[in-house]
Amino acid sequence: MSAALPPSSNLFDCRDAFAAALDRVAERDNRIVIVVNDSIGSSKLGGFRKRWPERTINVGIAEQNMVGVGSGLANGGKVPFVSAAACFLTARALEQIKADVAYTNANVKLVGQSPGVGYGELGPTHHSIEDMAWLRLLPNLAVVAPSDPWETAQAVEAAAAHEGPVFLRISRFGVPKLSRPDNARFEIGKAEILREGADVAIIAFGVMVARALEAADRLGESGVSARVVNMASIAPLDEAVIRAAADLGAIVTVEEHSVRGGLGGAVAEVVVGYRPCPIRILGFPGFMPTGSPKFLFEKFGLTSEGIEKAAREAISLRSS
Amino acid sequence: MTFQSATNEAPAQEEIVAGIRARASAIRRDALKMVFEARQGHPGGDMSVADILATLYFGVLRVDPKAPRAPGRDRLILSKGHASGALYATLAEAGFLPAEMLRTYMKPLSMLNGHPNRNYVPGVEANTGPLGHGLPIAVGVALAGKIDRAAYRVFVITGDGELQEGSNWEAAMAAGHHKLANLTLIIDRNTLQQGARVAETNDVEPLLDKFRAFRWDVVDVDGHDPAALLDAFAPRADRTKPLCMIAHTVKGKGVSYMEDQVGWHHGVPTQAQLDQAMEELSRT
Repeated sequence: MSAALPPSSNLFDCRDAFAAALDRVAERDNRIVIVVNDSIGSSKLGGFRKRWPERTINVGIAEQNMVGVGSGLANGGKVPFVSAAACFLTARALEQIKADVAYTNANVKLVGQSPGVGYGELGPTHHSIEDMAWLRLLPNLAVVAPSDPWETAQAVEAAAAHEGPVFLRISRFGVPKLSRPDNARFEIGKAEILREGADVAIIAFGVMVARALEAADRLGESGVSARVVNMASIAPLDEAVIRAAADLGAIVTVEEHSVRGGLGGAVAEVVVGYRPCPIRILGFPGFMPTGSPKFLFEKFGLTSEGIEKAAREAISLRSS
Repeated sequence: MTFQSATNEAPAQEEIVAGIRARASAIRRDALKMVFEARQGHPGGDMSVADILATLYFGVLRVDPKAPRAPGRDRLILSKGHASGALYATLAEAGFLPAEMLRTYMKPLSMLNGHPNRNYVPGVEANTGPLGHGLPIAVGVALAGKIDRAAYRVFVITGDGELQEGSNWEAAMAAGHHKLANLTLIIDRNTLQQGARVAETNDVEPLLDKFRAFRWDVVDVDGHDPAALLDAFAPRADRTKPLCMIAHTVKGKGVSYMEDQVGWHHGVPTQAQLDQAMEELSRT
């Protein structure tokens, strides 16, 4: 289990923003209930349970039932937030997510906590680096991975307001608050261009977005202009922004996920049918060895240096 | 419970039972014709569940075909979604679907898929098909009803072979823990699954003891006797637990050559077999 962030840190655990935002929407909308698999603590929902015990359903360690119960609650007019470690929620209950939530088009909000390699040293059984590939295939299901506390809160609000199923991927790995214009707003299905650039596009989601911005800073120091795209929604996908990235002729995708089938795959599917260009896909190549999240990011090049290197490679491969 | 009636006086029990029997016979005949025309389906399970569905829709459920998603409606979830022929025929009998739509069963682009979809078919509560999904969903609806202190009841029908799916036991445990007295599970206990007898495949017995151990009320009932089913379905104000009803049935019930034959899990009758079945069922 990753240690808590030090209080003096400028980094934030997005679960806190999730829990606070959920409290706000639950206060306004009494249809909102939570469904957990003994995951109150790891979802930071202790405050919710204390405040609304009758709206807190703990099914115990039983993920298939947890997701089915969520679908049934939606049938009964509730807006359930089904919150559990992403690895167990998405893998153990995948058929329930497909049939009871996505195919049914049930108004269920699935919350995958501590995804990617958030559980670091606990190993590949507890990593969730396949979830985006599995879930983005399911029609009706919006798949959203916020990048910082502000976007997490926005995504919770958007999920509650959205009529239909949503998967939220909420990270525990410390991230900085990203700087955004005052009028910034989050919308499911819309990419966010955080930095304009002309030489290469770096497309990322979740905790990798801050690193993509750092990489763009580094590239800028040597005169390379990198566009940074926050692709918080993997489904529906903002294809127009991807096509515009392909127009630059070089793309890097960065994700705390497998290199197969996730953001990189989604971007490649759009680019290949439009204007093929080199795409460097950064992520994890397989089951991870033992190590902390930070160690694994460094080992597999998910750092500002690694992203910078990949951007230069993509640019060098660009057909002129 | 009072049964809905066109007159101010509740009809006599015998009258209700006779009506349910007539509906069940019509459901069986429609479902078999649908399988015959679609050249596929699950007639054995359609026949075994027909009396249970007829009793629920014409004697128990408070549902309105004009308002199929009314928040206060009773819910019936057919977890054994492969018995869609019987479900669609029942919904047509109950006025949720035009009868002529039944002829489109499993035809290209039909609303009547081989397994039911609530977004296509009014009255369908859950998109079942993969087994072991209906009971968890029913537990969720029952929890919603309990939170809202709503008066509606939640019914779910599973097969018996279906109980081999572990998700049912996760849900059974949760229903017992939460004391979901508004939930009734009906097990269509026809003793056959797709390939063989349930007892020869992975025996689910002792069922009564299992559900008692999971803190449910349990009752054995003849799943082809509407009077007995009505009695078992009657609400009880003193109920504090979910109810598991083991409905003893015969797969292929009502069609002599299908009864208790594993081969009729799937299977399409020939024209001569269909004619024979129609003749036999018209006498029930």
